[in-house]
Amino acid sequence: MSVLVYTENWDGKFKKLSFELVSYASKIAEMTGTSVTTVTIGDMADDELKTLGRYGAEKVICIKNDNLSVLDNRNYATVLAQVAQSEGSKVIIVANNNRGKAIAPMLSVKLKAAIGAGVSQLPLSINPFTVYKRTFSGSSFAHVVLKTDVKIITLAQNSFDIIESNRDVKIEKIDVQIDVPKTQVKDVQKQTGKLLLTDAEIVVSGGRGMKSPDNWGPLVELADLLGAATACSRPVSDEGWRPHEEHTGQTGKIIAPNLYITVGISGATQHIAGVSGSKYIVAINNDKSAPIFEVAQYGLVGDAQKVLPKLVEAVKEIKGK
Amino acid sequence: MKILVCISHVPDTTTKVKFVDGDTKLDTTGIQWVINPWDELSLTRALELKDDPSTGVKSVTVAHVGGAGSEPTIRKALAIGADDAIRVNAEPADAYFVAAQLAEVAKKEQFDIIMCGIESSDYNGSTVGGMLAEFLNIPSVSAVSSLKIENGQAVIVREIDGGKETLTVPVPFVAIVQKGIAKEPRIAAMRGIMMARTKPIKLYEPIAIEPLTEYVKFELPKPRAACKFVDPENPKQLIELLQNETKLI
Ligand SMILES: Cc1cc2nc3c(=O)[nH]c(=O)nc-3n(C[C@H](O)[C@H](O)[C@H](O)COP(=O)(O)OP(=O)(O)OC[C@H]3O[C@@H](n4cnc5c(N)ncnc54)[C@H](O)[C@@H]3O)c2cc1C
Ligand SMILES: Nc1ncnc2c1ncn2[C@@H]1O[C@H](COP(=O)(O)O)[C@@H](O)[C@H]1O
Repeated sequence: MSVLVYTENWDGKFKKLSFELVSYASKIAEMTGTSVTTVTIGDMADDELKTLGRYGAEKVICIKNDNLSVLDNRNYATVLAQVAQSEGSKVIIVANNNRGKAIAPMLSVKLKAAIGAGVSQLPLSINPFTVYKRTFSGSSFAHVVLKTDVKIITLAQNSFDIIESNRDVKIEKIDVQIDVPKTQVKDVQKQTGKLLLTDAEIVVSGGRGMKSPDNWGPLVELADLLGAATACSRPVSDEGWRPHEEHTGQTGKIIAPNLYITVGISGATQHIAGVSGSKYIVAINNDKSAPIFEVAQYGLVGDAQKVLPKLVEAVKEIKGK
Repeated sequence: MKILVCISHVPDTTTKVKFVDGDTKLDTTGIQWVINPWDELSLTRALELKDDPSTGVKSVTVAHVGGAGSEPTIRKALAIGADDAIRVNAEPADAYFVAAQLAEVAKKEQFDIIMCGIESSDYNGSTVGGMLAEFLNIPSVSAVSSLKIENGQAVIVREIDGGKETLTVPVPFVAIVQKGIAKEPRIAAMRGIMMARTKPIKLYEPIAIEPLTEYVKFELPKPRAACKFVDPENPKQLIELLQNETKLI
């Protein structure tokens, strides 16, 4: 018996998300009196695999097989189901990101395991197994009982703090029998060298109040100085002022950074739906009655074009640049 | 080729939700029900594909699991342009239940492409599409932002964390769609609304399936601290506050 965590790797490396998942799993293992096993797919060095021990993993399984080099949802679900069965795992944890969302539902049917999707806290109780998840696009939360023997949790990114709990890890490298994938990838376009919006701790986001695509310079500069990612509202990406992958909200990316700084965003429900998990929200808007001020903890009523350069200066001063 | 678009119906996305019966149920009074935004976009894309004769798409069917109360939502999909509709006559108990019902429909009716949205804006499951594919033993592709049919083959772009992939997959498959799949949802024209009245809605009785989950309680988010305003003439104050209070800068 163990808590099983699927820890995705990015070209052989883990990232903060992986550590969040393992930390979370360790807490559940503690609550249920068991240990944490992780599974990752791909070619990985032992040193990198061992890092998961720092967050509480006791056994780290690494699976390598050429038929798993592309994400074929069914193949991945098949492999994870096999591991879960051989480990006798009762709780399986995956990230609620693109990949996790692609695999978890299939895994659920294979194992007849209930899913708690988009969970953002530790279970409220173990018996019955009750999870806390976002509903109605963040305008409410639900307590959901997972009624099956095996349970799957997809954990929202950036919702659980990393906890260090050094453990010795046992590494197991295994191969599996798996079919040639039906999904045939012809072309990959990766965003290189850019901080991913979903990974960022600080995000600076612009709306229609930025007025023109030509006004983004100081916003991007502010983001760079803060080590932040940039984002935007839907009309901004619809107009082509900013790339589509920056659009946050109900129909865009759902993010939960520690700090979300909005500039010229009105705060429509559908926008807030994607960012309400942020720890702090800052609003810069020239209309004091804009709804964004109802969800923001820090506000500045003013013209974006005047304010942004001054903010850039202030951050430069603090950072001694 | 036959396309099935699975549609859920959800409270209008600006609804301020409230709960009743000791916070165990959604208060449905005054709620405007709409087609889940993603499903409206998948329907739009399915119809675009059908409009183009080179794709070989012959029909677009919509399927919904829900009580008679959701018929207006189905009629709306027919008015937008779906050829016919299927309703499984059962309250959607949970994602597993819904996917199992849809799988029964799909087994009987045989579709080449099944489209689901990436999430329903009510329970935010992101699970029905993948479960459906697994029940049918067919591939699923998730986070699909483009779906084309070229020389009889589906060419798909999916979003991965930090990029995009272009891929092919043989039919039948489930496409789980997201932003980009269609630009704007197609809206019903007068003619469509008239025609929708006579289009068939086939009724299926549900198969017996135990839901795997139970929603026992809802709560509203904790109110956030009131907004602290800084002097607009002195934006530096904002940075100082963030530095001192959030410790993130
Ligand atoms: C089904 C559905 C899904 C949707 N999904 C999303 C989504 O995922 N994400 C999303 O963002 N939207 C979404 N929308 C759209 C949403 O309803 C709003 O229309 C949108 O968020 C508004 O974007 P905005 O705040 O940039 O623009 P606006 O609403 O035009 O607001 C601009 C703001 O800038 C302020 N402003 C103007 N000039 C200045 C200035 N010089 N300096 C400072 N401030 C200024 C104004 O006071 C105003 O508050 C969705 C809508 C629907 C129907
Ligand atoms: N009751 C339902 N009837 C038909 N399709 C549904 C239903 N519920 C969900 N779906 C489909 O599954 C997608 C994802 O929903 P969910 O997994 O509930 O977030 C939706 O966009 C629909 O395509």
